[in-house]
Amino acid sequence: MNIFETLLNGLSMGSTYAMIALGYTMVYGIAKMLNFAHGDVIMVGGYMIFLTMASVGNPILGLAIAVVFCMLLGITIEKVAYKPLRGASPLAVLITAIGVSYLLQSTAQMIFGSAPKMVIVADLGNVMLGSIKLPVYTLVTLGCSFAIMIALSLFVKYTKIGRAMIAVSEDKGAAQLMGINVNGIITITFAIGSALAAFAGFFMLLKSPSLTNTLGAMPGIKAFTAAVIGGIGSIPGAMLGGILMGVVEAISLTIPAIAPYTDAIEFSILIIILLVRPSGILGKKRREKV
Amino acid sequence: MAKALSAIKWKHYVNYVVVAICTVVFGVMSLTGSLSSSSIYMLEKIAIAIMLAVSLSIVVGFLGELSLGHAGFMCVGAYLGGKTSALLEPLLGDVPTLLVSLVVGGLVAALFGVIIGLPALRLRGDYLAIVTLAFGEIVRSFFMNSSDESFGGSLGLNTPRYDKNTLFIIALVLVLGCLAVTQNLIRSKHGRAITSIRDNEIAARATGINVTKYKLMVFTISSFFAGIAGVLYSYSNFTVQSTKFSYNYSIEILVMVVLGGMGSINGSIIAATLITFLDMKLQTILTGNLAVLQDLFYALVLIVLVIYNNAPGLKSFRETYNLKSLLGKFKKGHDPSKVHDDEAKWDRVPTKIKMDEVLSVDLQTNSPYTPDKPGKGDR
Amino acid sequence: MAKTVLKIENLGISFGGLKAVQDLNLEIKEKQLYGLVGPNGAGKTTVFNMITGVYKPTTGKFYLDGEDLTGKSQEAINHKGIARTFQNIRLFNNMTVIRNVLVGLHNQPEFKCGMLSSVLRLPRHFKTEKAMRERAKEILRIVGLEEERNNLSCNLPYGKQRKLEIARALATNPKLLCLDEPAAGMNPNETADLMNIVRHIRDEYNVTILLIEHDMKFVSGLCDEITVLNFGTVLAQGTPEVALNDPEVIKAYIGG
Repeated sequence: MNIFETLLNGLSMGSTYAMIALGYTMVYGIAKMLNFAHGDVIMVGGYMIFLTMASVGNPILGLAIAVVFCMLLGITIEKVAYKPLRGASPLAVLITAIGVSYLLQSTAQMIFGSAPKMVIVADLGNVMLGSIKLPVYTLVTLGCSFAIMIALSLFVKYTKIGRAMIAVSEDKGAAQLMGINVNGIITITFAIGSALAAFAGFFMLLKSPSLTNTLGAMPGIKAFTAAVIGGIGSIPGAMLGGILMGVVEAISLTIPAIAPYTDAIEFSILIIILLVRPSGILGKKRREKV
Repeated sequence: MAKALSAIKWKHYVNYVVVAICTVVFGVMSLTGSLSSSSIYMLEKIAIAIMLAVSLSIVVGFLGELSLGHAGFMCVGAYLGGKTSALLEPLLGDVPTLLVSLVVGGLVAALFGVIIGLPALRLRGDYLAIVTLAFGEIVRSFFMNSSDESFGGSLGLNTPRYDKNTLFIIALVLVLGCLAVTQNLIRSKHGRAITSIRDNEIAARATGINVTKYKLMVFTISSFFAGIAGVLYSYSNFTVQSTKFSYNYSIEILVMVVLGGMGSINGSIIAATLITFLDMKLQTILTGNLAVLQDLFYALVLIVLVIYNNAPGLKSFRETYNLKSLLGKFKKGHDPSKVHDDEAKWDRVPTKIKMDEVLSVDLQTNSPYTPDKPGKGDR
Repeated sequence: MAKTVLKIENLGISFGGLKAVQDLNLEIKEKQLYGLVGPNGAGKTTVFNMITGVYKPTTGKFYLDGEDLTGKSQEAINHKGIARTFQNIRLFNNMTVIRNVLVGLHNQPEFKCGMLSSVLRLPRHFKTEKAMRERAKEILRIVGLEEERNNLSCNLPYGKQRKLEIARALATNPKLLCLDEPAAGMNPNETADLMNIVRHIRDEYNVTILLIEHDMKFVSGLCDEITVLNFGTVLAQGTPEVALNDPEVIKAYIGG
């Protein structure tokens, strides 16, 4: 293994994390809640790809169907489970989100069973760069996710809806008074977050084809950790945190002595960063009014 | 004497009495051999679950901090207590070994409680929740990757099984001890101080409550009992495996606390008993792929219950149709406006963290901040 | 000459470039009723936040009974003898009225009761608990909330919540009691009642009182001396008649 390969591998893993982390961070910024079920939306996306692949066999169509289905799913979850709780204690919302996460996992297990499904999306092979062998999927993942992230940043910055999102995240009440449809914005945010999750699911299957109902659980938690490290609520923070997480993971996995402790190392980084900067790397703390 | 007896608020001691009666009744049944081994196993599990739920409820229900790593403390107790008992069993005999391992498991878990309590002083709300979750996973990964000689690695640690006819009695007696400590603590001036931190941390500080001390204290006590529960777990099983203590298990404990009602110890006891009972019963009925129905059921119950209890839109519905007013119809002198003092109403518990406090898009670095502006914010 | 309770020297704080308060000098004598007035955003609450330890001042120092308390934690400052109420009421909402006051009594040396005594339910626990309740009732009587002591504090009307905050602060046995807009949201009757209560507290408990208030009738009827702040700086200091008639002050309030 060589450093360049490890790094590239880390970047591609990290960009997948970053996409998931974006979902967490955007929902947090706008609906002020931790969507614990976000990781499981990835899994649902994975199963949609599996179903399309099994019937039609076209991975791109699978991705498209997964994206649409996950968007609808995200909107439904928001309307049914989270919307009634708007204004309630965040702890209550968090626990409901945990419930939704379990619901998705057990429903998937009931429909598809607990045995892993093999979803070979596409065998892209390797490309030789001088003496370095690079798996093509890492390049595809890296390229696509960077394109998506740039598009998202531009969307938030320059479109009317994006600016409305920023307004809602700053002050829901004031945004409403300015005529912004807050509920609509929250719905759009969930839809975007879920679509990103579907993309992440696609990239994860591209990397390893085994699909179970807990596909999204661990990456979900890690991406969430990444979002917190970067400063939750901050879009560049989520990207930074995700990439950092992926690179650390890739490096740690190549060193045999610490490879088994990779998860522990990643979580330790979270604890250390939060102790030094209680609101994450790019998060800014607002003073509580007394 | 009669006066002293009538002065005691019996309502406060109902749960001790119930647990004590259960201990005696089942103890006699077990010693006379009329209790099946599956019931004994279930009683052990129920005792462990009660201890976990009660110890978590001090953190979540009374201090108002969310901990998602309770299984981590239990894990520490199970592994260290189990290791101690495995080492000492041949040397000391049953009872001294049990005592020593309980103390070791409890104290080491309590030490970890202090370590986790320290970030709790700086972090709040969701941030603390994710740190406790991370802690649980770190602990688990440490034990999973330990060498075979030390903690058994991925195969798990082999532990001696205590005489099963008496273990559950010991467990229930420990539950009584745990109840005594937590309830007496909560129903004292110290408990008042702890709940004041939950209700309004800034006001608590301004009133001179030593927030640091009480937060650390609560985390220490809570993890101590989780550790004890872990030691009991190691005794009731032949092996301790790290996979058991994943964050799913922490959430299962949290569900017990939530379903029981936040800030209600009796509720936690009832919920822990019911969930464990249902778990074990359903496990025998639902096999194979049907087993997932159970998870589905829990998930649905959790969502429906939390929404019912907390949705602002359902407030009037909740006030007309609830257990208390239904029961109240049969109870004389019931006044629905009187609320039990210890119980926290979720919609009233402040969020600890004002979510927008941490948003990055909030403020430019150098934007002026006017702290004195009235009319905005929580007025 | 009465002795000085609170002395503030050149106190100042800035938030990212904005100087919220600068060069504040104050001296409050024992048993004085001192007012802090000024338009919105003048930095009055910020002064309270500094002398109760919520914010750390950027410059200057303050002394209570000659002891430098600058930079101490909120708890420590409260233990030394400064108690406060909040502009936006911060009660322990899930607790009954009397419990709110009991929390205030928590650190009083005569109600000391270790954790072990509480957990083991030693006689000391019951004795302290009883004594604490008696004292709490006494304090509630002063602010006129004795009858409501078993209600949940969040169910009290606004004016009574403010009084409860005063009772809770008083329970910590302060030398200096800081009241942040105690009369806000009260009707004239309640305000008059509150004036009597504040005077009564000062005489009965020998506390010095520093208060922020917008109601000028309340301030001039109650305070011995006032300081007028605007944009974080002192406009005028002195008796209410003198300070409120200062041309600078009139300009600040009316504009122009």
